[in-house]
Amino acid sequence: MGSYIGILALMGLAVVLCAVFATISWLLGPKRNTTYKNAPYECGVAPVGDARERFPIKFYLVAIIFILFDIEVVFLWAWMTVYKGGTVEFIKFTFFEFLAFMSTWVLGYAYILKVKAIEWDEPEALPSEIQEAA
Amino acid sequence: MATPTAAQRAAGTALDFFTTMILLLIFAIGCEVSTTAWAESGKFTQAFMDWLRSLDPTLQDVLAALGRAILAIIPVFAPVPFIIWYERRLLSWMQDRIGPNRTGNITFSRTSKLIPSFLKGKKFKLFGLAQSIADGIKLFTKEDIMPTKTDKFLFILGPLIALFVALTLGGTIPWAGDRRFTPVADINVGLLYVMAISSLGAYGLVLAGYSSNNKYSLLGALRASAQLISYELAMGVSLAAMVMVTGSLKMTEIVAAQEAPLLGFIGFLPNWNIFTPFGLVSGFIFLICMFAETNRPPFDLPEAENELVAGYHTEYSTKRWGLFMMAEYMAMFTFSMVFSTVFLGGYHMPIRWEAIGMDFMAGIERSYLGGLSVMMLKGVAGLTLYIWVRATYPRFRYDQLMNLGWKFLLPVATANLIVTATWIMISKVYGAAPGWMFAIGLYAVAIAVYLLLRSKKSRQYLDTRAVDMINQPARRAPEVVEPVAEVTA
Repeated sequence: MGSYIGILALMGLAVVLCAVFATISWLLGPKRNTTYKNAPYECGVAPVGDARERFPIKFYLVAIIFILFDIEVVFLWAWMTVYKGGTVEFIKFTFFEFLAFMSTWVLGYAYILKVKAIEWDEPEALPSEIQEAA
Repeated sequence: MATPTAAQRAAGTALDFFTTMILLLIFAIGCEVSTTAWAESGKFTQAFMDWLRSLDPTLQDVLAALGRAILAIIPVFAPVPFIIWYERRLLSWMQDRIGPNRTGNITFSRTSKLIPSFLKGKKFKLFGLAQSIADGIKLFTKEDIMPTKTDKFLFILGPLIALFVALTLGGTIPWAGDRRFTPVADINVGLLYVMAISSLGAYGLVLAGYSSNNKYSLLGALRASAQLISYELAMGVSLAAMVMVTGSLKMTEIVAAQEAPLLGFIGFLPNWNIFTPFGLVSGFIFLICMFAETNRPPFDLPEAENELVAGYHTEYSTKRWGLFMMAEYMAMFTFSMVFSTVFLGGYHMPIRWEAIGMDFMAGIERSYLGGLSVMMLKGVAGLTLYIWVRATYPRFRYDQLMNLGWKFLLPVATANLIVTATWIMISKVYGAAPGWMFAIGLYAVAIAVYLLLRSKKSRQYLDTRAVDMINQPARRAPEVVEPVAEVTA
């Protein structure tokens, strides 16, 4: 616990600095609000509809894939710190365990490539390439 | 201009004399005060230390931690105006412009009698350094606009999270060799702490973009979220290989592991991770991810000016906008520091001074200010790279960005991780020589495959370009009708 006091102190200091900056910019400066000034910026015309609309599912998909892959790596962190310093038997055994673990990673990666989960370009936008592929 | 009369000249000389005397007096008093303070400071420090030691041990720890935290924030926070000035000047120089070079210059009048003679007509140049400070003061005094229908709490919270992340990112980085002053907390999960804090940065951008009720902001926030998490993955995997080589997540141990002789046998050079065969690949991937994580060009899609106005901070004004900018520059600097710590040997100079018997330089390296200066120099080198890349490369398209992150960096980083594990296994089980043979052989195969693929790919690319150019409708220059001179009869 001892060394984590430093982290807490740093975070506390950062929070204080953030609060100071937020308050200063609120205290200083004029406040003359008008309807037009407070309207959201949409190239100078009156905003159309609400901004919180639906957005492409791909962003959600990327987030899900990120979590899966990131957690796979998180499982490895603990092993990585002891791998190099271990005995020969430990290194031999865990190396093949590691390979087995990474093979699931590779399988998952091949799957997301196959279902085109991370394809972002729109194929219809490039007709010349489609013609060539066909 | 009329020549001054004798009386005026006499008055001017008298004024000069008195002003000089007053300045000398102030200087003398200053010296006197500082000397006595210097003499007294020993006693004062002693009393202060005694008072500190009389306190409760827990309170002592907390005070020491606070002191170290202040020492960690200052090297990131104080240079921000200079970083901004440096970027503007360097960028202008690269683009054949001048940039801010005037603000802060003081020129004393040559004729006014209120100016003492030794200052008359003198110029004091600040090379435009005051420009960033003036900008900062201006930002504080501007009107704080919050658009209608914003989520007020999140709108305020967004930039604060960005600043918080930038301030706390350097918590585990050892700025120098002196363990009394730095790092703030030498925790066992030092590198994981950096990864965790840097991933918090996505929240700042997403909350800012979502809360401001603007379509551009929302698009910028979405782009930012997908980009940050994509590149964080490759970054984590590339750092993982270095953790495996070091065998520890502690930042100080990662630095200490790089003090060994280079590759185990070159005595006068340190074993910086960037010079090891697989550290080079990791370092390269980390460098690219570093640019993406700080939203710098060529990865500045969340704030692409020509598509999204200003992206996630379209609706921000005053210091709230300034906080985003400050956070960006601080994060740039801190990420350069993380890169130096993990790949460039931290606060060490690129020569092992002990090995060649220069203990004086080794002592400088181990002191607080010496180590800090080396770290700062490496940070400035990182910033120069950031600016140079900004001046050189155009912005990515979104599918190019995602392809680079997911289809190039991530597989290469993972392959690098597996190869590093194999290398360590071979070196430990069969000895160092087979390990080196494995590394060299693998590099040879990789270069051969790359050359093969490149020649094939470039030929294909050239072919498609040629087909495109043939298929294009011919571009004909518009016919210019020559004005016919009227024939005069």
